[in-house]
Amino acid sequence: MIDTLIHFLSYDFVRYALIVGVLISLCSSLLGVTLVLKRYSFIGDGLSHVAFGAMAVATLFSGVEKTYIIMPVTIIAAVLLLRAGQNAKVKGDAAIAMLSVGALALGYIIMNVFSTSANVSGDVCTTLFGSTSLLTLKADDVIMTAVFSLIVLVLFIIFYHRIFAVTFDESFAKATGIKVSAYQTLIAVIIAIVIVIGMDLVGSLLISALVIFPALSAMSVIKSFKGVVVFSAVLAVTCAVIGMFISILAKTPVGATIVATDIAAFIICSVAGRIKK
Amino acid sequence: MALINCRDLVLGYEDGIVAENINFEVNAGDYLCIIGENGAGKSTLMKTLLHLIKPAGGTLEFGDGLKEYEIGYLPQQTPVQRDFPASVYEIVLSGNLSRIGKRFFFGKTEKERTAAAMEKLGITDLKKKCYRNLSGGQQQRVLLARALCAADKLILLDEPVSGLDPKATDALYSLIRQLHRDGMTVIMVSHDMHAALGDSDHILQIGEHSQLYFGRTEEYVKSKAYFKLGLNQRPRDTRQVYNPDYKGE
Repeated sequence: MIDTLIHFLSYDFVRYALIVGVLISLCSSLLGVTLVLKRYSFIGDGLSHVAFGAMAVATLFSGVEKTYIIMPVTIIAAVLLLRAGQNAKVKGDAAIAMLSVGALALGYIIMNVFSTSANVSGDVCTTLFGSTSLLTLKADDVIMTAVFSLIVLVLFIIFYHRIFAVTFDESFAKATGIKVSAYQTLIAVIIAIVIVIGMDLVGSLLISALVIFPALSAMSVIKSFKGVVVFSAVLAVTCAVIGMFISILAKTPVGATIVATDIAAFIICSVAGRIKK
Repeated sequence: MALINCRDLVLGYEDGIVAENINFEVNAGDYLCIIGENGAGKSTLMKTLLHLIKPAGGTLEFGDGLKEYEIGYLPQQTPVQRDFPASVYEIVLSGNLSRIGKRFFFGKTEKERTAAAMEKLGITDLKKKCYRNLSGGQQQRVLLARALCAADKLILLDEPVSGLDPKATDALYSLIRQLHRDGMTVIMVSHDMHAALGDSDHILQIGEHSQLYFGRTEEYVKSKAYFKLGLNQRPRDTRQVYNPDYKGE
């Protein structure tokens, strides 16, 4: 088994996939804590569907790098969704459901009608659930993911205390002069970036699992915010690596296997949390 | 010069006026209670004082060295906070954010302030405890310590005892009295007439879209506004304020 893994590690594409997987799960778990605590998890879900729609549209423009279309569309949708979610709770919910289902349906139509590819259902499946094999990653993809991940990481670290304050108590944060809506917009933009870069690996349907599970796992066992953030990051990276190895050995789809590993970790953590109480 | 001076202040949002003709001032060392029925404009006034919304008219001036965003605010708890995974220290520390300006991280001064505030409120031993596992009274103390980190001169408390049991309520009130004795200026928004009359030295009552009373507490109990509440026959029974149908035991 070890031999098989070492053999696989000698391939560039496996190493690329590992780097990408680690970076994406790291970024999404950092953000997950804020998202879950602020009850914004649904936004991640809604956004991933928007990103699917954008991806379908992007396939129409074969000459353009897809990310240049998907990224701005998703960022704009993120900002709009966060605003909608705040103004009226119930309406915001419905708006997100509408937007995400709408984007899925339209995206599917576009992919079917305009696609030049011979295997449309295969393309759709890849977009929804991520690549079935790791072969598709190129050095360029890795560099792009690394750059975006670095941006997310740096933003998160330098604004850590402000993100904490806004997450814990918006009214107090406002009263101390923090521009709360600016930070919410920042959070929305970071979510959008994470979702777009994560789509290739785990697909648009599964990306919100990477955001939510590590955060929830950490929250059930850890007692401080910093601890929760660090633990969920470590857990997410570990799960990603384990999931990818399992996927190589058992020849299961990458994204789904990583998510399954996250679920297993969540179950272990919540049991541990119960016992500790 | 007063810390806060309001003249002909009009409270409201873009879509309407909540209350007008608000005139009062808060001087260093005062303990002001803001009372009034639900919807009278208490929370709008509070938001205006905190610069969360702009006055719809009139003037609101800060003086005597009090700066914008230097009010120690104790908000009401939100459902998000009740099961929030954060240590007491992290929460109290976050009160210093207004002090670090454009810096990204906290320095030595902020950490010392945090320690001092926790010491003052007797929560130093809870430092590493998780906020969600604390009792209601302890949680309020943590938030009060955070408010002290933000403020040197003035704290603003929004219904500080709501949801607390009688024992925790008494303990929190006596803590607030202690802070006041130590020189902190206190503004408290409250439903609790008994505490308002017992602890404060000034009362501001708003209702019916305007100010009904502002002045010293000992004058207030002789005023028309107080008489109208119907409490003078039964000054100790505060349950009537919560529930107009309450007829006594």
